[in-house]
Amino acid sequence: MLAVNFLILAAVLFSIGVFGVIARRNAVMVLMSVELVLNSVMLNLVAFSQITDSIDGQLFALFVIAIAAAEVGVGLAMVLMVYRNRRSIALDELSEMKG
Amino acid sequence: MIFAGSQSVIAQINQWVAPTIDWHALAPELVLIVGINLVLFIDLSLGAAKKWAMATLTGLVFLAAFIPVVTLAVIGDASREMFDGRYVVDGYSLILKAIFLLAAYVLVLMSQNELEEGGYYQGEFYVLMMCSVLGMVMMTSARDLIAIFVALELLSIPAYMMAAWRKRDSRSNEAGVKYYLLGVFASAVLLYGMSFLYGTTGSTKLTDIGASLVDGDLLGLQVLAVVFVLGGLAFKISAVPFHSWAPDTYEGAPTPVTAFLSVASKAAGFVALMSIVMLALAPANSVVRPMLWVLAALTMTVGNVMALRQTNIVRMLAYSSVSQGGFILMPLVVIGTGNAGDSVLRAVIVYLLIYAFMNLGAFSIVIAVARRTRSGEITSFGGLFGYAPGLAVLMTIFMASLAGIPPLGGWIAKFNVFKTVLDAGDTAAYVLALIGAVNTVIAAAYYMRVLRQVWMAPAPDGDVSPIKVPSSIQAALAITAVGTVLLGVLPGLVLRFGDITDLTGALAR
Repeated sequence: MLAVNFLILAAVLFSIGVFGVIARRNAVMVLMSVELVLNSVMLNLVAFSQITDSIDGQLFALFVIAIAAAEVGVGLAMVLMVYRNRRSIALDELSEMKG
Repeated sequence: MIFAGSQSVIAQINQWVAPTIDWHALAPELVLIVGINLVLFIDLSLGAAKKWAMATLTGLVFLAAFIPVVTLAVIGDASREMFDGRYVVDGYSLILKAIFLLAAYVLVLMSQNELEEGGYYQGEFYVLMMCSVLGMVMMTSARDLIAIFVALELLSIPAYMMAAWRKRDSRSNEAGVKYYLLGVFASAVLLYGMSFLYGTTGSTKLTDIGASLVDGDLLGLQVLAVVFVLGGLAFKISAVPFHSWAPDTYEGAPTPVTAFLSVASKAAGFVALMSIVMLALAPANSVVRPMLWVLAALTMTVGNVMALRQTNIVRMLAYSSVSQGGFILMPLVVIGTGNAGDSVLRAVIVYLLIYAFMNLGAFSIVIAVARRTRSGEITSFGGLFGYAPGLAVLMTIFMASLAGIPPLGGWIAKFNVFKTVLDAGDTAAYVLALIGAVNTVIAAAYYMRVLRQVWMAPAPDGDVSPIKVPSSIQAALAITAVGTVLLGVLPGLVLRFGDITDLTGALAR
């Protein structure tokens, strides 16, 4: 059925995103992977909004879009800050503190 | 067939009516919003020499926001509900708002000197801090998935920036980036869980979700949703195994920000967890309970064992705050079992309040001493009693309170938690209480190690001239010390919170 297809697509996007967050070393790639997870959430919300016949899901998706934009703004600023200090955005080099 | 509903979704828009807004109930949030704009614009027009006024102004805004909280509590009739019960101001939320505003005020006192002397961006810092506190204050009233999500992000996004505040310092960078990446990922996972909760119940309102879930007959998607939601929130409260960001972020961030994260931000995470678990996930107890049990047991134990090995005081306090989080989780495990029902909320709120006092106090001492020693090592506290007896006595109070030694506040907090857990009266609860008891003993070891340095070791560099403590930190120390001791000696002050036995809406189910 159509509804299940949306959920499966969202689940696939979610899995790709989680894999990216775990496997990628580049900070920008990790940010993009997080965006994939958020996109899967939005797809879920809109699909569920149609299935359950309520408008809450679409509203929720709008909030997610707005806040995701704010988050990425902060994230890119932070990546830029790290790049200025270190000339590198590889996350595995970012480990001064341990224990 | 699937899109047949789209017509009626449009139709729902036409039924929309403007909600009635209870301005008095929203007053604390409104005062904060006005204050944020005020500080932002005044900061633009002030010269560098007058930036210190920003801290004073921010403190006043927090105190001003406290006034409507008090008037609401004094009037204190029924709870005030807005937006169809999605935003509720009741006794539970008022007490938590008061805790957040009080902690925020103390944090302003703690940050003032650090920011002035470091030449950091003072105005911006306080604006971000107020935004974050606004998120926390909203969180206490949020009874809807969307509201909780917005409040959570409003309190987190400024906190990411505050953690990376020393932007030329690579350790502060690392702290910010780690906190940010894991935080964003955790909120994405939380959202994925929330989307399933919404999809399988058809509502984002917590009480509606609670009414739609059927105990013992959960759908697979609903179990998945519960796991994702709890996992996402566990990050916020730095519960093991979602704690890996906490020690690094706490160590790298400026110390006042560390205090902010470990007290205010963590408490807000607990508020979200409490609202969701009590209102929405109560029927899913068969999934929630084992998960929280494991989280609580792991958090206490791992936090303590790691804290034992630390030589840096901030890092030790970071792991100590992880393990304290485990203790705060304990009562949440026994929601709705045995006789524990009524006292769960009280145990958590009392613990959050006392924990705020004693942990902020400990961080104030660390800031005061580090101003002179320029070191974060525990050994740098050597001989503190010799040259700063006042600070040494206060440090003893805070450390003993964190360890849970009577008659200090921390003891009352722990006593309440254990009593609640034992009231549940089943095997899982007894085992959890046993793990908690063992951990209390382990915790005493590393708190006492600090005290041994303070009282017995000689000053490491032989410098025994008295420490000058700035007046703002003195004020912070006075507030936290009085709070810690007073709540320990007169626990009746907070045990009256027992009147608040339930969240609004939880009974109506």
